[in-house]
Amino acid sequence: MNNVEQAETVIRRVLRDHGRLNSDVSSLSRDTDLYQSGMTSHASVNVMLALEGEFDVEFPDHMLKRNVFSSIESIQRALGELTATA
Amino acid sequence: MHKLISDLSTGWGPQVPSLRRIGMDLVQISRITDSLARFGARFEQKLFTQGELGYAQAAPAQAAERLAARFAAKEAAIKALGLSESGVSWRDLEVRRHPDGECDLVLHGRAAEIARRTGITRVLLSLSHDGDYAGAVVAALSDTAPLERFPESRS
Repeated sequence: MNNVEQAETVIRRVLRDHGRLNSDVSSLSRDTDLYQSGMTSHASVNVMLALEGEFDVEFPDHMLKRNVFSSIESIQRALGELTATA
Repeated sequence: MHKLISDLSTGWGPQVPSLRRIGMDLVQISRITDSLARFGARFEQKLFTQGELGYAQAAPAQAAERLAARFAAKEAAIKALGLSESGVSWRDLEVRRHPDGECDLVLHGRAAEIARRTGITRVLLSLSHDGDYAGAVVAALSDTAPLERFPESRS
């Protein structure tokens, strides 16, 4: 399993534990809209804090956008930017 | 004279602000309790100002409900001010409580800058609690921008 696949596995686990989604996380596509799948703004904060713990990063204020947490793909892209600059 | 009476009666002075947009949000208090248990200080520091945390922690039994109302206010403000894609810290949207119990919303940093740029000159806040829920409504007003037109039926 490469780093990208590992990251996606961790993201899906975080979404399962904190996202309060109304469907099975393993069935979501990478571009499924997580808000449409039941994630509230408060749940997205929990997801963000859990991701910060898992990946040892901190989301800076300029990344606190609804779009950043709207799909597995967008979360992975944001984490890629954060870990590249870490 | 008529203008003076008009200004006095509205309390707004010569510039009467118009409503631009409203936002509301509802938060389940027990979810905030869960977040505090899971993430502790990181959750608090990410979302709330020192003033907000000081008020909440002054009554530990009510801390979660006070923080829930404040989180609802911040999310309502994000909607009313159109900030969801702006990359603004929740701490830039602060609920300030006055000695008489009235609360208002104070904008800081980038949130204040965006409000200024988009012509928002005043925000109004209303908080509410009921059982396990806390809610907030925020109205964004402008002295300069007209009220958005009510969408007309095309039928």
